[in-house]
Amino acid sequence: MTRVGWLRLGIIGGAIGLLEILCRAGAIKKVTMVPPSDMVLALGQLLAKGELLDDIGRTLSSVAIAGAIAVAGGILLGIGLHALPRFRRAVEPMLASWYAVPFFIFYPLLVGIFGLSDAPIIVVAVLFAIVAMIVNTLNGLDRVTPVLRKVARVHRLNAPDTVRRILLPAIAPHLLTGFKLATAYSFIGVIASEFILSTSGLGFAIAHAYNNFETRKMYALMLLIIVLVTAINTALFMWEQRLLRRRFNR
Amino acid sequence: MSAHAALAGVSRVYPGGDGRAPLHALGPIDLALRPGEFFAVVGPSGCGKSTLLEVLAGLAPASEGTVTFEGSPVAGAVPEGVGVVFQEDASFPWANVYDNVAFGLQGSGLDRSEIDARVRSALAFMGLRDFASAYPAQLSGGMRQRVCIARTLVLKPRLILLDEPFGALDAQTRLLMGDEVLRLWRETGATVLLITHALDEAAMLADRVGVMSARPGRFIDVVETGWPRERDSRLAERPDFGALVARLWSSLRVESIKALGHT
Repeated sequence: MTRVGWLRLGIIGGAIGLLEILCRAGAIKKVTMVPPSDMVLALGQLLAKGELLDDIGRTLSSVAIAGAIAVAGGILLGIGLHALPRFRRAVEPMLASWYAVPFFIFYPLLVGIFGLSDAPIIVVAVLFAIVAMIVNTLNGLDRVTPVLRKVARVHRLNAPDTVRRILLPAIAPHLLTGFKLATAYSFIGVIASEFILSTSGLGFAIAHAYNNFETRKMYALMLLIIVLVTAINTALFMWEQRLLRRRFNR
Repeated sequence: MSAHAALAGVSRVYPGGDGRAPLHALGPIDLALRPGEFFAVVGPSGCGKSTLLEVLAGLAPASEGTVTFEGSPVAGAVPEGVGVVFQEDASFPWANVYDNVAFGLQGSGLDRSEIDARVRSALAFMGLRDFASAYPAQLSGGMRQRVCIARTLVLKPRLILLDEPFGALDAQTRLLMGDEVLRLWRETGATVLLITHALDEAAMLADRVGVMSARPGRFIDVVETGWPRERDSRLAERPDFGALVARLWSSLRVESIKALGHT
């Protein structure tokens, strides 16, 4: 590992150590926060009891569905917008200011439409994630060199084959950036929605623990989400590095 | 002898708009490529050389006149049997050399062993045998251009259009790549049209050299080189080679000055 890498590890380790000391010494009250070591212990106990498995499954499946819709839909909409430059110019300011809208205000509306099911949660997460995918697809397509399109024509490819065999692989690094963002936004959308309008899922479980003063459980759940998201992000990052190494000979 | 590919009265005008005047880029121009000949086009920068190639390839429409390949009109699409190598690096950075070269054969209905045989032979022909699993980013500019030539070669084109394919390479590499193009031309029997700005390259490689005027480009001179079919870059040592380059330059000099004045 590089020296910066060790330094980074040291900063994180130091922060956790400091929290541990502050909690153990009583500087942070036990109802406010449990020591990090106890969070790990509590999470182990929760997982061992197996009562969380339903919530984990529920949340992950909602994230997976929302993420898949956002990624596939975002790529398709990105390709479509790129093919219609006038329409694109018309909607681009809306895409640029998309994340200025706090989507959660639409809850009442979505619950009114879909009822108290997984659907409004997934809709919010898709709305949140899809624009990141659209914007990154557009960014990639804008940077495709004209010669690649000529190569497609010399090989007499039709439009779908041009997209599949040339454009998508050409913009793969941009798609991966979009994919990472869409995954992160799907998690945020799903878990934040579960806080408010669900009766299951990890977001709901944290809210429930909070309301019932189950501080230890609440922190265990937070830790679980952080571990999950970090693991997924690390996997995506490694995939991206492998792809870029080949492509840019790094 | 009927022409393998021909332009008849072809011109290309880029439409204006947004306050810009239309740009007359090319022509009217006539060109009849003899089957199996090597034709080079030289001309001052901006004279429409690349436009000529794009119109002939079916990549750009002619504003006037007709384009034919093997007797059929070329309109709106690149005909089967035409291969193009561009000046810009057009290798696919996401695929290794083997997959780059196999690109046009994948999904063509050929069976895998036939594809493999054709790719292997194109790789060997272009000296890329040891680089089959390398990615373009690991290769030099000259090697990447070989990949693009090999990618064209596997399709067995009968007309090969080369748009300044060595423009970005250093002078020595360019001469050696010229030898390879001559070898390729001899062994495939294809008709070759080469666009270049290098007079010595045109003089060395071609059976005929067309000299174009400043924009809108027209042929002001077409020179038969009279070289034997078996030839290579050692032609440059011959005294008549120097005379040929001098003749091309005398045709081109005034036009190049005009082109500079335009820009």
